Amino acid sequence: MADPAINEYGIEIRRLYKVFGPKAAELVPLVEGGMSKTELNEKHGHVLGLRDINISMPAGCIQVIMGLSGSGKSTLIRHINRLIDPTSGEVVVGGEDVVKMTPDQLREFRRHKTAMVFQKFALLPHRNVLENTVYGLEVQGVPRAKQVETAAHWLERVGLKGFEQKYPNQLSGGMQQRVGLARALTNDAPILLMDEAFSALDPLIRMDMQTILLDLQKDIRKTIVFITHDLDEALRLGDQIAILRDGEMVQQGTGQDIVMRPADDYISSFVEHVNRGKVIRVETLMAKGPADAALPQLPAGTLLDEAARRIIASGQERFAVVDGEGRPLGTIDMATINRGMFASDAA
Amino acid sequence: MSWFTEFPHMSDEALRDLRKVIDDGFREFTRAWGGTFETMFEPLRQFLIQSERLMLATPWPVMLAVVGAIAWFASRSWKIVIGSILTLLIIGYFDMWEDTMRTVSMIFVCTVVAIALGIPIGILMARSNRMQSVMNPILDVMQTMPSFVYLIPVVMLLGIGRVPGVIAVVIYAIPPMIRLTNLGIRLVDKDVLEAADAFGSSSWQKLKNVQMPLALPTIMAGINQTIMMALAMVVIASMIGVQGLGQPVLRAINNQYFTMGMFNGLAIVGIAIIFDRVSQAYGRRLQKHLEIVHG
Repeated sequence: MADPAINEYGIEIRRLYKVFGPKAAELVPLVEGGMSKTELNEKHGHVLGLRDINISMPAGCIQVIMGLSGSGKSTLIRHINRLIDPTSGEVVVGGEDVVKMTPDQLREFRRHKTAMVFQKFALLPHRNVLENTVYGLEVQGVPRAKQVETAAHWLERVGLKGFEQKYPNQLSGGMQQRVGLARALTNDAPILLMDEAFSALDPLIRMDMQTILLDLQKDIRKTIVFITHDLDEALRLGDQIAILRDGEMVQQGTGQDIVMRPADDYISSFVEHVNRGKVIRVETLMAKGPADAALPQLPAGTLLDEAARRIIASGQERFAVVDGEGRPLGTIDMATINRGMFASDAA
Repeated sequence: MSWFTEFPHMSDEALRDLRKVIDDGFREFTRAWGGTFETMFEPLRQFLIQSERLMLATPWPVMLAVVGAIAWFASRSWKIVIGSILTLLIIGYFDMWEDTMRTVSMIFVCTVVAIALGIPIGILMARSNRMQSVMNPILDVMQTMPSFVYLIPVVMLLGIGRVPGVIAVVIYAIPPMIRLTNLGIRLVDKDVLEAADAFGSSSWQKLKNVQMPLALPTIMAGINQTIMMALAMVVIASMIGVQGLGQPVLRAINNQYFTMGMFNGLAIVGIAIIFDRVSQAYGRRLQKHLEIVHG
């Protein structure tokens, strides 16, 4: 079930444009030529959804797509399983262009390669938790015994054992979204699409769900595309983050990249209130070079928060940063860490 | 100024000729095709006869038990079960049992036909906006055209009897079935449909797993309406030879038998209430999963 086989389904989005309206295809050249969203709306009455989106999402990683409402993030994720057809561009998944698939191929693709979790849960209200969870397998035509077995496994993993016979209406929002997650995982597809999956939940439950997702991802290694409008959530979950505004890609990179080198004022204003100690890692700020073997060691990848705690506890001023095999990469001291945590121009 | 005070209409001869052409044409059509239509509707006639024979042949205590059981399974309410049985006992005591069974059989057949035709048409309407814009005016005509008017061609084609009665009743009673099936499917939550799509459902799987189950409460309301409208047609249908509670009412009108009319009329009301309460309770039970809401 939790097949740890190497996931080969990366997602490549290339030159993706989406214009909403009856004559969308004719207007793409204008948009390519640089016509703005407002101008397109005023002159032609068409709405620009996405402009020239290029993202490469590596297999087995969590790619977060962030943006405020109206930024086109939900439109973008729906292009990956083609719930929305692009006006032009390519969406290549595992070497195949989703845009060129016939309806039959697309249905097979959705059944076996993708699973989706929705902001409003979108559970079937007339089916109980178990019947909701088996839905994907039922559609695939998997034998009933196997459906139930797989569903029971994932329901247990998300902490819903004992709730199989409840109806969605009887559950809280957090529990309903666990059903949504179990339903998607039961499908056992290499790609998991999560459209603002935790946005409707209250903050504590949201943290809970993020923890569940991160724990699961250690085993399942799926290619996860996660949409959110919450930067803290993006930084916590994302191996890579892409930020959209008005249908355009503003910045792509790791959480650290975005926090330390915001591409413009728009992103700076987002990043301002972030707890940098939970995003930036020691190797980013360390002084590269040989380290004294006598220094206490910090593994590379330690967050500044944790590093500061260790340094304070040890009473030492300076630490060596070492890689997985214990080879020194450089050194870091408390003053650097403090600067990194509080100054916005530390890098 | 005569054109101003008097509406300029077609000349009398032209109008007469037009009517004659249409009438003759239709008469020709009936003569040529009447037999074919009769054979076409033969299965329906057999269904009607068998259904009526069954209800009349069943001893009344068995019939009461069956009605009670259906009421119980549909509503799970003793009040409705007892009410239904009591109503039928009173109807039987006033010697209207046979006519009531004939009417119930007729309503049963009409409802089955209306469901069998109405649900597929409703589904087609929900799937295509063009189909909807074609069907809507047709449904308007079916609902507003005085029923006597379409009794004429039906009787010309098929003569007097049960089958034309059923056709007339179905034409009158089917529109709510079609409209509410269409509405129920169109009201299904878009988010849930999108989820079904995202998991790769075929359109048949979507219909079977998502749209029909979620539209079912609305469709049940349509079935309830169809039954009520079919009952309302009982007296009119009796004018073209449909047996049952309508015929004594018709006789009562012709002869001014006040009590006879009243008794039979009340019997129709009685079975209408039974059908209504039982089918509504069933519709409510279908929505039970929506009622228990997380606190």
